[in-house]
Amino acid sequence: MAFTSQMRELIKRVEETRPSRAGNPFPRMTPEEREEVLYNFHPDYIEEGFRSLKVGVNKGDRVPRELADIMESPAMIENAIEENTTSEPVDISSPRHEVEVLVIGGGGAGVAAALEAEEKGAGVLLATKLRLGDANTVMAQGGIQAADKMNDSPATHYLDVMGGGGFTNIPELVRALVMDAPPVISWLEELGVMFDKEPDGTMVSIHGGGTSRKRMHAARDYTGAEIMRTLRDEVRNRGIEVLEFSPAVELLLDREGRCCGAVMCNLETGEYFTILAKTVILATGGAGRLHFQDFPTTNHYGATADGLVMGYRAGARLAFMDTIQYHPTGAAYPPQLVGLLVTEKVRGLGATPLNINGEQFVFHLETRDVESSAIIRECRERELGITTPGGLSAVWLDSPLIDYVHGEGTIERQLPAMLRQFQRFGLDIRKDPILIYPTLHYQNGGILIDENGRSSVENLYVAGENAGGIHGRNRLMGNSLLDILVFGRRAGRHAAETSQGVEIKGKPGLEHVSSYSRELKEAGIATGRTSPLVLPRYAVSGSSL
Amino acid sequence: MENGMVDIYLMGKKYTVPDSLTIMEAMEYAGYRLKRGCGCRAGFCGACSTVYRLGNDYQLKVGLACQTKVEPDMYLAQLPFYPARKAAYSLEGITPSVATLAALYPEVFKCLGCNSCTKACPQDINVMQCIAYLQRGDFSRAAAESFDCLMCGLCVSRCPANIVQYQAAILARRLHSRYLVPRAEHLRRRVEEIKENKWGGELEKLMATDTGELKEMYHRREIE
Repeated sequence: MAFTSQMRELIKRVEETRPSRAGNPFPRMTPEEREEVLYNFHPDYIEEGFRSLKVGVNKGDRVPRELADIMESPAMIENAIEENTTSEPVDISSPRHEVEVLVIGGGGAGVAAALEAEEKGAGVLLATKLRLGDANTVMAQGGIQAADKMNDSPATHYLDVMGGGGFTNIPELVRALVMDAPPVISWLEELGVMFDKEPDGTMVSIHGGGTSRKRMHAARDYTGAEIMRTLRDEVRNRGIEVLEFSPAVELLLDREGRCCGAVMCNLETGEYFTILAKTVILATGGAGRLHFQDFPTTNHYGATADGLVMGYRAGARLAFMDTIQYHPTGAAYPPQLVGLLVTEKVRGLGATPLNINGEQFVFHLETRDVESSAIIRECRERELGITTPGGLSAVWLDSPLIDYVHGEGTIERQLPAMLRQFQRFGLDIRKDPILIYPTLHYQNGGILIDENGRSSVENLYVAGENAGGIHGRNRLMGNSLLDILVFGRRAGRHAAETSQGVEIKGKPGLEHVSSYSRELKEAGIATGRTSPLVLPRYAVSGSSL
Repeated sequence: MENGMVDIYLMGKKYTVPDSLTIMEAMEYAGYRLKRGCGCRAGFCGACSTVYRLGNDYQLKVGLACQTKVEPDMYLAQLPFYPARKAAYSLEGITPSVATLAALYPEVFKCLGCNSCTKACPQDINVMQCIAYLQRGDFSRAAAESFDCLMCGLCVSRCPANIVQYQAAILARRLHSRYLVPRAEHLRRRVEEIKENKWGGELEKLMATDTGELKEMYHRREIE
């Protein structure tokens, strides 16, 4: 799938302006300019994209419409409960497993939590919807932040995080994030993660959008994949019990409303079963596969907001769920890659966005919300986008500028994954620019947690993308791989310690699910489907779950 | 046939699908709701290993379903799972030596040199070369060669000697990173400082600063 002759003509304009652009930085926006472009063009401000929740702890709060629909659908296990309260298909009275700490989710946060809980001596079971390690973590390419250089400090990192989040972040969570960052990198180094290093062992670190110091650590552009495969290997080494293809579909609460396990589903047989636990860690990830406002997404197949749905029904409070991160550089061409991530590292290395005339229109390392809004403005308001054969409007990302400035071979060395991904479809990002448009990337909010990963439901911990409060209204690049490990480990430690003193009171039950469902009926809500979604429905015709 | 459409065969059944689709999208177009064989959909996770053949060609080809476009008369099936063995070890208790490898993955020394693994790799890794490095205990070269590995298992599925290349390779990468490159001195120092609570006070102060002043500090901050 090479470029069309029309696109080739447009690429010539990019090549013509390249020499004059190289080494000639575009000015950053003023605070006023940033606010203006955000307010007018960021999808978070498109009112039709949102509605208020009608039931539950966050009743009245504004969340993406598609998420509200899922959250306000009756439980998929409800029919099962009604049909038969005593035995099959949901048999609560005889749990399949009884453990101290149940971790739900097998991405970076879940695995970090499981490793720490095991380290603390707790009996751990990790259950996950797909394979161990199937999560957004593997797709995080660019890097992980930590203030470990001598010109940097946790305080400087703190200020960057707060500024990036619009000063709405919860300070205690940000402190935990930045103070735990160097120890987390050290933990990974010890586990044999292959970081980019100088020959003397010094970490190679670069800028990301919104950073004031070069504190982005990377393993080429497979940073998340490298961290995930190493942690997964360690989980296997330690013999932690793992259940794959077993999504949780509801949480269990004891008589006193404390979380004490979950109802699980065997994805292949459709059978439900239960796991009892003293403490539960929810690490189910994000919501990109709900495709808010019809955006394509960078997210993993399993990112369907299951944790938010289950946690909310159990009474956990959400925070910042009206703020979604759109990554400025999603691929817009070729069609097979639409929506997929073009890592921020491409801009970190100096590639700049350009309009149809080959002109730069925004500084290339604004925070993601600002950068995305500027690209949307260039295409929608100024109509200076490039129309792809698929009918999408997009702008160029001048990747060849990287080798032009840093020397030939830089892309091959620093961006092997990107290079390969486009080469598979006949495009060479060393020679030609990339067509990009913002893509749904990350939920900034989630279930509100405290410094130890505790939610507002007793004995229910949350870590990873389904947690909220750390990043306020906007997350910076490289703070997500960091946050999943910081709060995964904290939740793992605390849940393990807490589990020692927990006694489940009364019969574990699903009364909260039935009462939530009654509330839905009373509020007259009928979405015509059930939740959690578990897997997206991309099949054009054919099977249900 | 309609313009822009191709016939493909999913596990022997014929479906007519748009020719611009990846194998994964074509399966969904045909009505599959994927459970196994689908992960990140972006070429990073290795969940969607696929074996296929074209028309009358007898040669088996392999690829990732999310990264491979459909072709006319493609006969395909996915590998839902491959029962490969992973050796359990404690990284702290082993050394980067040939003896370690021989103890954990003795089959590595049974390589027949057929190069089927290299031909199968969707990441263009020279897998057989990586095995050769491993055999002589050159973990650093094995680590570098295998770095782009997705652990999809296609190499294993083609290996006549039953070597689990991707598991031996991650062992090499972990040994290399843990023992054969110097630790980051600046990192060690910063972790010490944090343990000694050198930064606690400054953080407390920032947390107590009101938003207006924090904004000022943020906008004035020096950028490296």
